Amino acid sequence: MYIAFPGSYAESLVNQIINWQCCPRSLYSPVNCPNFPPQPSAGPAQLSPSLSGLSLQSQTPEALRVVNLLQERNLLPLGPVTPPTPCLPQDLQKINCHPEVFRSTLTSIPQTQSLLNKAKLPLGLLLHPFKDLSQLPVVTSSTIVRCRSCRTYINPFVTFLDQRRWKCNLCYRVNDVPEEFMYNPVSRSYGEPHKRPEVQNATLEFIAPSEYMLRPPQPAVYLIVLDVSHNAVETGYLDVVCQSLLENINALPGDSRTKIGFITFDSTIHFYNLQEGLSQPQMLIVSDIEDIFLPTPDSLLVNLNECKELVQDLLRSLPQMFGKTMETQCALGPALQAAFKLLSATGGRVSVFQTQLPSLGVGALKSREDPNQRASAKDIQHLSPATDFYKKLALDCSGQQVAVDLFLLSSQYCDLASLGCISRYSAGSVYYYPSYHQQHNPAGVECFQKDLKRYLTRKIGFEAVMRIRCSKGLSIHTFHGNFFVRSTDLLSLPNVNPDAGFAVQMSIEENLVDMQSVSFQAALLYTSSKGERRIRVHTMCLPVVNSLSDIFAGADVQAITCLLASMAVDRSVTASLSDARDAMTNASIDSLTSFRTSVLTIQQPGLLAPACLRLFPLYILALLKQKAFRTGTSTRLDDRVFAMCQLKYQPLAYVMLMIHPALYRVDDLTDEGALNVSERTIPQPRVQQLSVEKLSRDGAFLMDAGSVIYLWIGRNCNPNFLTQVLGLPNYAAVPLNMNMLPELDTAESQRTRVFVGWLREQRPFFPILHVIRDESPLKASFLQNMIEDRTESALSYYEFLLHIQQQVSK
Amino acid sequence: MEAAVFILSLVDCCALIFLAVYFVITLSDLECDYINARACCSKLNRWVVPELVGQALATVLMLVSLHWFVFLLNLPVATWNMYRVWKVPMGNMGVFDPTEIHNRGQLKSHMKESMIKLGFHLLCFFIYLYSMILALIND
Repeated sequence: MYIAFPGSYAESLVNQIINWQCCPRSLYSPVNCPNFPPQPSAGPAQLSPSLSGLSLQSQTPEALRVVNLLQERNLLPLGPVTPPTPCLPQDLQKINCHPEVFRSTLTSIPQTQSLLNKAKLPLGLLLHPFKDLSQLPVVTSSTIVRCRSCRTYINPFVTFLDQRRWKCNLCYRVNDVPEEFMYNPVSRSYGEPHKRPEVQNATLEFIAPSEYMLRPPQPAVYLIVLDVSHNAVETGYLDVVCQSLLENINALPGDSRTKIGFITFDSTIHFYNLQEGLSQPQMLIVSDIEDIFLPTPDSLLVNLNECKELVQDLLRSLPQMFGKTMETQCALGPALQAAFKLLSATGGRVSVFQTQLPSLGVGALKSREDPNQRASAKDIQHLSPATDFYKKLALDCSGQQVAVDLFLLSSQYCDLASLGCISRYSAGSVYYYPSYHQQHNPAGVECFQKDLKRYLTRKIGFEAVMRIRCSKGLSIHTFHGNFFVRSTDLLSLPNVNPDAGFAVQMSIEENLVDMQSVSFQAALLYTSSKGERRIRVHTMCLPVVNSLSDIFAGADVQAITCLLASMAVDRSVTASLSDARDAMTNASIDSLTSFRTSVLTIQQPGLLAPACLRLFPLYILALLKQKAFRTGTSTRLDDRVFAMCQLKYQPLAYVMLMIHPALYRVDDLTDEGALNVSERTIPQPRVQQLSVEKLSRDGAFLMDAGSVIYLWIGRNCNPNFLTQVLGLPNYAAVPLNMNMLPELDTAESQRTRVFVGWLREQRPFFPILHVIRDESPLKASFLQNMIEDRTESALSYYEFLLHIQQQVSK
Repeated sequence: MEAAVFILSLVDCCALIFLAVYFVITLSDLECDYINARACCSKLNRWVVPELVGQALATVLMLVSLHWFVFLLNLPVATWNMYRVWKVPMGNMGVFDPTEIHNRGQLKSHMKESMIKLGFHLLCFFIYLYSMILALIND
């Protein structure tokens, strides 16, 4: 009945969970927590289990310890920032949903909307519902027990009134326990419904019976749409895609019914007849792009297992077929319409590879970017789509359970703001490789290869819908992420993938009086690639409080930052970028003012913040200097729009790395405080502040920025490091574009490689390593991540704090 | 002549009342989950321009027949309608966009707007009725 998901990524997930400094959870951490030095971080508010009431103990918990931001310089914890633990009784908190899957910006929910408004912090949830989990209980049951009125799935936080009745924790209705539920197959006992796995696990998966299907579960259907104009073939991406597909063709998720198809396009659309029995694939060209039709009714989408040789033939011959093409136009709109027509009967996934601005046919776009405005200190224009064609097509696709993933490999402006709509509303994902070229940019090619491998082989769910339910009194008013909101709390996701994150904002409609805790449930109903209908349910419970100090004590600074980033992206598109920047600055000013006036008993000079929010101004400054929101520094419009898409799409852990990269000193790695995981010793260097002040000429520093890792070598770097780790005699020998650490036999090399490997394992995409020295072209991007420093167009961290202090003291 | 103007405005106002009621019903259907966002928005977007035309017609009629008070009463609503249509961003599918309608309380604000317009049109209806009867009596 229990199914575990193996795999090295999942294994490393368990390792990462060990680092969380939370109460040991029997489900997720089979190994004891390592001996971390005590950290002045936002640790769990210490609460004795007997206290389940509304207020904390009289002594100030660690989270509310007052920090003067102007005086304390070392605010970062030694290791990763841990999320706060909700103040629930320990037996409830032990089974609560894991913060990597379901997280709230405030772990103590305010009782009334006016109290929430006073705290000036956003209330929202951040979810990663389809995350790859190492341990996921799967339940096959003939009856799925749900509340009669609100249809909530039974979860660990319901109350059993007696053996036969249970009270829903979202709508408080009393329901009957069905007869089948009284028997517990795990312990083979009768009469203990609260011991069943549905009531013991906050995250689990049901196998759904036929009432949960609108139609028989669809097979996995994949359609690859390739741009084969001259520009595209120039970049050489076709070789990489075809090679990757050939290598991974047996690893595509699916069963014996899996179907695959191909479309290529330049100024006309080309279909491929792959019918079984043909000696080679047959290309059919449709040149009437005003009125696209399918040239043959079937055999354009073929069963993968039956026609595998033909598909492999096609993949081998595609790059040569278009090697000499001279077509420069690109008809993306008609190609997408053709793809939709092809897949509308079954649903599935479309992967579109595009290398230039679509210039022909419906959906053609004009170049809107003005290169002189890239470094504008005022407003940035053209952040919203230019046409509603892609949005309309995405909604059509969403209605037929088709998701479109977009790979943009271009060196020029491609109007990602308009093109991105096709993925945003059809629950697809956007991948962006600026300046992709097989010769000029080999690091980009490697990144593309690894991303493609992950993309083709990762778990996928089809024709999915997700519903997020909250306790009575709370309601959701805004959604962030790639999906279409079909009705008030129903999200339509034609494809769901393990790398997508979602966020919602909530408001308190009715006062939550008489409630000790509120619950949230996210239920994702999907068809697995093997054609099974499944429901993944996550439930989280949080306490309700009625004092401002308790709300501040439970604030989760990383979740607040991510939610603010999504809100700022929305504001930039609907209003203006400068509005969004002001709103972010005001968020930190208002919350610190609220803390000062309402919670602090003794007024001291300086900028005072609670320990749990001490990193808040730093993160806000990091957001203001992020590619998505920065002004005054030259930023290409597509880069900016892609950064905005990533801020809304990525799950919290990777967004935080994007916003505030982690800087480590690596030339003196030791085994002190190292992690011992599966017989490897992983050094744990201390996280440094992002300031050039921390860089030293005689050291080497590693910056982990999520999708890219920089290794900066100081000019007078320890020659030991250069020889033992990089295999180079001196600093002058460091090449300008080194992307790999050589595998040397020395202990230092081993340690460094293990550390970098461990960082890489923790995420599903592949970050490229860049070795940087003084004259490297990437030095500028490395230094741009030094958030605490002053630049010509932005304040330093200290100046920002002074600015906030000035506003707070008004 | 006066009477004819008011009869025309009365009929126009009736049509606008029916339209406002239709908007309110469709939006509340969406709130209660009877229809989905796309169907609701396409229904409503169809009637945005006719509503604009109807309101502009009433305003122009009052202007042409020199009834200043009623003209000034109708003018804000007419300009608001035109501003609403003009302000739609290029990437949106009309005044009611199915991808945005569930965000940031737009559903509630549209509902409130339609209710206010309904109240306003009812008020105008009685004003026109009264003026029409007055005009008919004076004829």
